[in-house]
Amino acid sequence: MKRHLVVVGNGMVGQRFVEAMRERDDEHYWAITVLSEESRRAYDRVALSSYFDGTPVEELDVVADGCYDAEHYALHLDESVDSIDRSGRTVTTSRGRVIGFDALVLATGSYPFVPPVPGSELPGCFVYRTLDDLDAIRAAAEDAVASTRGRRAGMVVGGGLLGLEAARALRLLGMSPHVVELAPRLMPLQVDDGGGALLRELIEKLDVTVHVGTSVKAIERDRGRMLATLADGTELDLDVVVFSAGVRPRDQLARDAGLDIGARGGIVVDDACRTSDQAIWAIGECACIGGRVYGLVAPGYTMAEVLADRLTGGESSFISADTSTKLKLLGVDVASFGDALAMTPGALEVTLNNPVDHSYAKLVLSDDATTLLGGVLVGDASKYLSLRPLVGRPLPADPVSMIAPSGGGGIGVGALPGDAQVCSCHAVTKEAICTAITRNGLTDVAAIKSCTKAGTGCGSCVPLLKTLLADSGVAVSNALCEHFDQTRAQLFDVVRSSGIATFTQLIQMHGRGRGCDTCKPVCASILASLEHGHILDGEQATLQDTNDHFLANIQKNGTYSVVPRIAAGEVTPEKLIILGEVARDFGLYTKITGGQRIDLLGARVEQLPAIWRRLVEAGFESGHAYGKALRTVKSCVGSTWCRYGVQDSVSLAIELELRYRGIRSPHKIKAGVSGCARECAEAQSKDIGVIATENGWNLYVGGNGGFRPRHADLLLTDVDTVTLIRTIDRFIMFYVRTADRLQRTASWVESLSDRDRDGLAYLRAVIVDDSLGIAADLDAAMNHHTEVYRDEWAEVLADPERLSRFVSFVNAPDTPDPSISFRSERGQPSPVLVSPPTLEVVR
Amino acid sequence: MSAVGVEWTPVCRLDDLQPERGVAALVDGVQMAVFRTFNDELHAVGNQDPFTGAFVISRGIVGSRGDAATVASPLHKQVFDLATGVCLDDESVRVPVYPIRARDGVVELALR
Repeated sequence: MKRHLVVVGNGMVGQRFVEAMRERDDEHYWAITVLSEESRRAYDRVALSSYFDGTPVEELDVVADGCYDAEHYALHLDESVDSIDRSGRTVTTSRGRVIGFDALVLATGSYPFVPPVPGSELPGCFVYRTLDDLDAIRAAAEDAVASTRGRRAGMVVGGGLLGLEAARALRLLGMSPHVVELAPRLMPLQVDDGGGALLRELIEKLDVTVHVGTSVKAIERDRGRMLATLADGTELDLDVVVFSAGVRPRDQLARDAGLDIGARGGIVVDDACRTSDQAIWAIGECACIGGRVYGLVAPGYTMAEVLADRLTGGESSFISADTSTKLKLLGVDVASFGDALAMTPGALEVTLNNPVDHSYAKLVLSDDATTLLGGVLVGDASKYLSLRPLVGRPLPADPVSMIAPSGGGGIGVGALPGDAQVCSCHAVTKEAICTAITRNGLTDVAAIKSCTKAGTGCGSCVPLLKTLLADSGVAVSNALCEHFDQTRAQLFDVVRSSGIATFTQLIQMHGRGRGCDTCKPVCASILASLEHGHILDGEQATLQDTNDHFLANIQKNGTYSVVPRIAAGEVTPEKLIILGEVARDFGLYTKITGGQRIDLLGARVEQLPAIWRRLVEAGFESGHAYGKALRTVKSCVGSTWCRYGVQDSVSLAIELELRYRGIRSPHKIKAGVSGCARECAEAQSKDIGVIATENGWNLYVGGNGGFRPRHADLLLTDVDTVTLIRTIDRFIMFYVRTADRLQRTASWVESLSDRDRDGLAYLRAVIVDDSLGIAADLDAAMNHHTEVYRDEWAEVLADPERLSRFVSFVNAPDTPDPSISFRSERGQPSPVLVSPPTLEVVR
Repeated sequence: MSAVGVEWTPVCRLDDLQPERGVAALVDGVQMAVFRTFNDELHAVGNQDPFTGAFVISRGIVGSRGDAATVASPLHKQVFDLATGVCLDDESVRVPVYPIRARDGVVELALR
């Protein structure tokens, strides 16, 4: 007989709790009902401002796939709990339902605190807590933008973490934000005066005006706008006001039920998260634990894990919360850990304030200068990951060197003690990770994640995992194969710089043996990328795998498929008829592909030239479906036809497909262009995705469908067509030159990140800002490609030597392979497979 | 391989074979994959891929593994030793090997 667990609230912590139960309750002892007053299921409130970056709501969703698929897990949205009957063990919902429980978990979170300022209830004043709040702020901002009265300005009341997030949101909406903070500095809970001063300096450069040490006296309506008066006399002319001055626990339900409440609010719980009622528990921002209410998600997650453990028979306790934080606020790195404000009696502070590179670092030490107590980093927080786990431990090095700029002897993960937590989301120690690496022979971060769970929470420790992997002596061989010790990228450089033009030269000078099905196609691709003639000429023909060799895709019965280019999926009726006629005349199976073109399957080798002669005569050209090359640029119909379209996606997609057709690359490249944010071309799942905006185009890179789907990263916003194409040129060329064999752009973009570097920022620096000084070279290479492009199939048809390869048998060139046969299925041919021979066993 | 009684069938000129690439030949209804390596050695093996049943071995990439001349199946890339027919990725599997020679610039094959 299952017992019934009712959870009130489906925020980040409530959801984490349900997922922790799902993992731990192996015996399905509990049936779980979740009630949430919001209309959306749990989403990432910490990343709320990214909603205004264009991040779709779905991406903010934090509910694991299938979480509520099981019969005994139910989530009810738009249904709040109105009251608790403690003696009857029931709750009554806003829909009038009475639900019984064996255990009740309150995860009601918090509500925004609005200081008692006259005028705070006026239209145009908002709080910053839910997606609905953001929608309301956006609507007001859009109204303000539509009117042309003066400079669009907004005020954020509160200069803490959330306040700066709200300021970012206003900036993304095209407003100039003012931030008003009562304390003498920004982020008063996390950062000291020195860090706060630098933070202020950095964000004021970003068109954010900071008012510290003052408060809002009154807000009034003033001719359609608002006028705010600050305590220091400043008057601000505003369109929008956002209150973000902290949160208060939502404990009313518990108060009404007579549960113990903390002096400053919050449902009092013990270290097992149990309230004053044995059957009722509370977690997250509504709970008062150890006399404190935490307004951060990490302690809430810890409570969720503790409670799930308790309800499944464990003995976990909430000891104390790590309130360390590392964030990027308005693009400025800020980190704070341990006793950041040096509240420990006798604490010593070591400070490094570097006005030249705009960084501020402080370490807080015990009074005898032997133990690290905490610290603050502003401007450059790259050392956070290695410093935070050292809190409460003996200093491993001279403190000044520990916060000195890179190159000054900073400490790495190697200096961490074994029991230091590397992943604080899942409490995984360095030792546990190192043991897993050696014992299970793990060779990549994905394996560490699945084995230890480290890195699967916030992900901030992933760079450390990479370092641990490298430090563990896991020698990940970069050799291409037994014939070459180099990587593909290294071979590319060798060929490009040496002018080597044949595989034989390359392997004699830089490899050994005669090559294989790994290195030969790699070399073929490199030579093709560098435009060394037709891919079937001379020795190059021997390097191609069968698809490139016959310029068609081999199928399981040894026949090939033919895919002519239909740029952007646009095709005339006449050409469509030709495709139908060719398919009919040669008995081919036809299917529409995912890339908006038509696949003709079942062609025998000796039929390919005749098929292509018909196609080329009708104006078709190779679609390179067989090559590691640009495949298609998918598009929606765009502004020409669609009532929602804002740009002509079809014309752009055709231009891109024709520009990049034929380029040989480490792996296939797919692209998409959508004419509006509805994204019908699914561009964000492509290697290169372009989405139209009112002002131009947004460019996304590194997306992927397939085995490991990945949403593309936003690289550029609102650019014109010339900038867009120039950037795509460079992206493709940089990828062609530096990626590994068979590495799609998704994994290549990820591989650009390391412990000290954000891959996307690096990519942007290289191809937008030309930080390596190679942009002109990349541009020239792409321009050259477009100048020398010729249709591979037309060139084959024009050359008897190349055509001579397309025979079934060298001694019976026109005899069809007798093993190939078809039956009819749904009116089309379907291959009949020949069974393999009875396998001969050797000796 | 030049045993008495072997019946040779001419299939093409040696010049028709591109070094390091294969062709298919049909000898008395048997499909063979014929290869000429970089050093002008000739090899003939069965054209049927024993793993899938498709007749495609002649379209594989030629190369070497250690000292052995090899061909990789174009479907799932298993590698076969051209001299013995043994699959180097799964030695319990092999393709048949056929006698082959070049005489007066003509390539000849035999069934056994």
